[in-house]
Amino acid sequence: MKYLDEFRDPALAEKLVNRINRTVESGREYHFMEFCGGHTHTLFRYSIQDMLPDNIHMHHGPGCPVCVLPMARIDQAIQLATECDVILCCYGDTLRVPGSARRNLLQAKARGAEVRTIYSAAECLALAEQQPERQIVLFAIGFETTTPPTCLVLQEAEKKGRKNFSVFCNHVKTVPAMQAILDGELSQGIGSTRLDGLVGPGHVSLVTGSLVFEALAKKYDRPIVISGFEPLDLLHSLLLLVEESNARRSTVKVQYSRAVSPQGNKRSLALMEKYLAGRETFTWRGLGNLPHSAWQLKPEYAAFDAEQRFSMPALPEAKENKACLCPEVLRGQIRPDACPLYGKQCTPENPIGACMVSSEGACAAYYLYRSTGLANA
Amino acid sequence: MAGKLDIQQGVVELQHGSGGRATATLLQELFLPAFANPILAAGNDQATLPQFQNRLAITTDSHVIYPLFFPGGNIGSLAVHGTINDLAVGGARPKHLAANFILEEGFPLADLQRIVNHMAEAAIDAGVTVVTGDTKVVERGKGDGVYITTTGVGILDSDTILGADRIRAGDAILVNGTLGDHGIAVMAARPDSGLVTELQSDSQSLHRLTAAMLQACPSIHCMRDPTRGGLAAALNELAHQARVGMRIEESHLPVTAEVRAACELLGFDPVNIANEGKLIAFCSQQHAPALLAAIREHPQGKEAAIIGTVVEDPSCKVSMRTRFGGTRLLEWKWGDPLPRIC
Repeated sequence: MKYLDEFRDPALAEKLVNRINRTVESGREYHFMEFCGGHTHTLFRYSIQDMLPDNIHMHHGPGCPVCVLPMARIDQAIQLATECDVILCCYGDTLRVPGSARRNLLQAKARGAEVRTIYSAAECLALAEQQPERQIVLFAIGFETTTPPTCLVLQEAEKKGRKNFSVFCNHVKTVPAMQAILDGELSQGIGSTRLDGLVGPGHVSLVTGSLVFEALAKKYDRPIVISGFEPLDLLHSLLLLVEESNARRSTVKVQYSRAVSPQGNKRSLALMEKYLAGRETFTWRGLGNLPHSAWQLKPEYAAFDAEQRFSMPALPEAKENKACLCPEVLRGQIRPDACPLYGKQCTPENPIGACMVSSEGACAAYYLYRSTGLANA
Repeated sequence: MAGKLDIQQGVVELQHGSGGRATATLLQELFLPAFANPILAAGNDQATLPQFQNRLAITTDSHVIYPLFFPGGNIGSLAVHGTINDLAVGGARPKHLAANFILEEGFPLADLQRIVNHMAEAAIDAGVTVVTGDTKVVERGKGDGVYITTTGVGILDSDTILGADRIRAGDAILVNGTLGDHGIAVMAARPDSGLVTELQSDSQSLHRLTAAMLQACPSIHCMRDPTRGGLAAALNELAHQARVGMRIEESHLPVTAEVRAACELLGFDPVNIANEGKLIAFCSQQHAPALLAAIREHPQGKEAAIIGTVVEDPSCKVSMRTRFGGTRLLEWKWGDPLPRIC
């Protein structure tokens, strides 16, 4: 298929792997983290780890939108859907993320709550137009990738003066999460190792631009290579990371140059600027409270803010299952199969931790594409 | 009693399921003309079938689908094809169907007639007769238009023995054509999907193909139709039943460009998408080339391929060598595939 097969060519992959093999210094271990769940998925789907030399170790980052959603926000969404007579529109994976007591939106739906799966935010507004007598709420989640579509829909809703549409905003920012990973690594170590570099997010950078990562690379003295999502993109990015690590450079490089510019997508950024304001703090599953790490609607758009419109009470963050090591997995400190629940009590059929829900979650990707024996238990 | 039903403007009413005159009218004017055959026409509470010399196969399948009409078929044709295929992959020659309809109050009779006529056409085309049936009506809001359950009876030739327990390490795995056409066509037909494709469902009866296959290669070990859950679910199910592992070559899987594109867009994998006119077959390596040739000769198998091999593996894993060169597990999915977020 045009524009896909080119990025999945096994012959080119072999060439890149050979170059990586020639470029790595023997006697040295390389530890890289891919931030994005999309990259995690590609790594597993194409078994890229198996192609790499043994001294390149990949650590999986927290960039999976549903994985970092805290239980309290899921609980709030369930409460909204069951008690406020709304139609709650969600992106697919969100339905299966466990809240407290392992309750999820799919179960709420089975018990009568009106929960719809949507492919795009625009569908949600269309539904509001079709059903003017109902309140329609968009359960907005995700990084900078899904944030502009939410803003675009807000703009449309404002233009049309829609009174029955609102957004339960859970959009989060990439840079503070990366910073938290690197801060945590400085204090606790990633499995007692130091990351040599990061595979930077591709679609996020398309919106934010690559410049926002410069300060991070400097402060933590690590190279960041912003990568596309095809297997050849990732191999190419890893080659660049090895080269940068060898040269001890802390630069930001853009491998995904067919999509990412230094300044990003100005229209998207302007829309975000118009409708959204930063939150003082936001709880991330696995990373805890991170200051200035998430978005909320600006006060002047309170009418479109579901938290305001339905006076949604903040709920206490429920205790995670103690044995679940999702936090450690999300910080790249352990491999999914090092968690005692992995593949036993916690499977994609019956996820305990959020990392087992989405195919972009490290545990689910690990389970679906490489689990040994356990898959058949 | 003729002429009482306003098929063009009318809708299903609760009284159509009451068992009284309204039910009789619906049968007389809508169902019986479509399915006309002597056994059904006898009008008894049961169908009396002629005596069969050989073993019988029986299967039953409920059909619920949204939307009811999709490119390449509708719930009526699907209800015939699905049940016939369950018989066919067991090596049986399908003969008769029983059909149950659960109708929702308010469903347009014109749509019901279209469905029933398509069903009758599919049955005639397959050489089977609908010999008995039942109709119930549920209140508006308590159904989804139409649900159809079909039960099928078929005859097995005396020497045909197929089954998961006959699969052996070393067997070749074959498929008769492109994967995922039905699932993506139905998904695209949903008004909110945002997908525009020219893709048609592959819904079709496979018993003539299976007959040709069994004639060319009587020693086929097992066949299965990879419907819900797609190829990955069918292979995993069989691997567990046969206590073997399987190795699949991604580059050998027939997939149309359209299905690949839709899957890329939505974050799906064609191996997890439903089919309604496809089968997988297992036979010894020795017989595989002849079987492949026989499938390809048949109009329903032009794009057939040998997609992998059965291996010894007590943990029953199904793995796939990717087009890219690595190997990964081919795991069955939990529930319906959900589109990815970004």
